Amino acid sequence: MATPLPTPGVGRTPEPPDAGGACASCALAPEATRLARLGLDPGRYSHVVALAGNPNTGKSTVFNALTGLRQHVGNWAGKTVARAEGGFSYGGVGYRIVDLPGTYSLLSASADEDVARDVLLFGRPDVTVVVVDATRLERNLPLVLQVRQITGRVVVALNLVDEARRHGITVDVRHLARELGVPVVATAARRGEGLPDLLAAIEQVATTDDPPAPLRLVHHDPELERAVATLADQVAARFPSLPNTRWVALRLLEGDPGIEAAVRDGSLGDQAAPTVGAAG
Amino acid sequence: MTLDELPRGDRAVVTALDIRGGARRRLMDLGLLPGSAVHAEMTSPLGDPTAYEIRGALVVLRREQARAVHVEPEGR
Ligand SMILES: Nc1nc2c(ncn2[C@@H]2O[C@H](COP(=O)(O)OP(=O)(O)O)[C@@H](O)[C@H]2O)c(=O)[nH]1
Ligand SMILES: [Mg+2]
Repeated sequence: MATPLPTPGVGRTPEPPDAGGACASCALAPEATRLARLGLDPGRYSHVVALAGNPNTGKSTVFNALTGLRQHVGNWAGKTVARAEGGFSYGGVGYRIVDLPGTYSLLSASADEDVARDVLLFGRPDVTVVVVDATRLERNLPLVLQVRQITGRVVVALNLVDEARRHGITVDVRHLARELGVPVVATAARRGEGLPDLLAAIEQVATTDDPPAPLRLVHHDPELERAVATLADQVAARFPSLPNTRWVALRLLEGDPGIEAAVRDGSLGDQAAPTVGAAG
Repeated sequence: MTLDELPRGDRAVVTALDIRGGARRRLMDLGLLPGSAVHAEMTSPLGDPTAYEIRGALVVLRREQARAVHVEPEGR
């Protein structure tokens, strides 16, 4: 199987694991941000936040800064083998937050991608924060678009803007937000930069009654559209509580083996839902 | 030409993917879409697999995968 490797020369300087958490916490003074880090146990919580993104974009760094936990941070892939969960409160409201394994896609067959996909698709978090690498936007945006096809309740954390600045890269955040139809917040999570704005965006998306609609891929092929619609109806009939039946239909037409098996044995949507869906 | 024929050190732009199903999806997820710039970086001693720079990351492809990727080499 093809394996993405870190790029020599252009990667970030590896840091000792603890440096990220410690620095992020000093820059993100809780009293200034209405933030309380609740570690592993969020107690009563109102909203569920999922952290998605490519490997090494700073998901765990954001997770640690918000929860006060020490989820492993480092400059290699495959660290978050399963999802890690923790909690924080913001403005007096409790949030449960899930750190997902890094993935480039939700569509290929790999264990990490299945975990991320199941949580996003069937767990229906109130907010999905997609953490993207500002120095490799082109590589990171396909995942953002895939998540946007599942939900409109998305915040993009444009992370590593300090690295981007060092490379002379400036990202037009407002333009990007307009194109994606969701808030985009520039962050340098390791220093805590932008995290107050990120929290405000998370709160806004979590509490809105009127989130943007999921992006719909337009297929200029009436036959394909018909096939998707027919299949989506059948999926809805068999799995009445399932959101995104159209997305599932597209996967089936593409021959996605994981989704196919879950439809066949009736387990589609069973995973992820119990924990994440438990939100009040 | 196809990507497996791209000499080490050379650059090219992807024009088409000649493969279907999950294998096609896998290549697209690695950043290989029509229009993507590719740079052949390193070849292992036997010439397979080869590492390519695609959209800011090194990606290792087997020859049979690279053969499915049609490219337009960039003049040097
Ligand atoms: N310069 C810089 N480095 C960061 C930033 N956020 C995270 N990192 C570093 O990037 C590496 C990967 O971070 P990590 O949180 O483990 O990424 P994950 O794989 O997405 O969970 C670590 O060495 C972090 O310290 C940032 O905003 N700026
Ligand atoms: Mg991580």
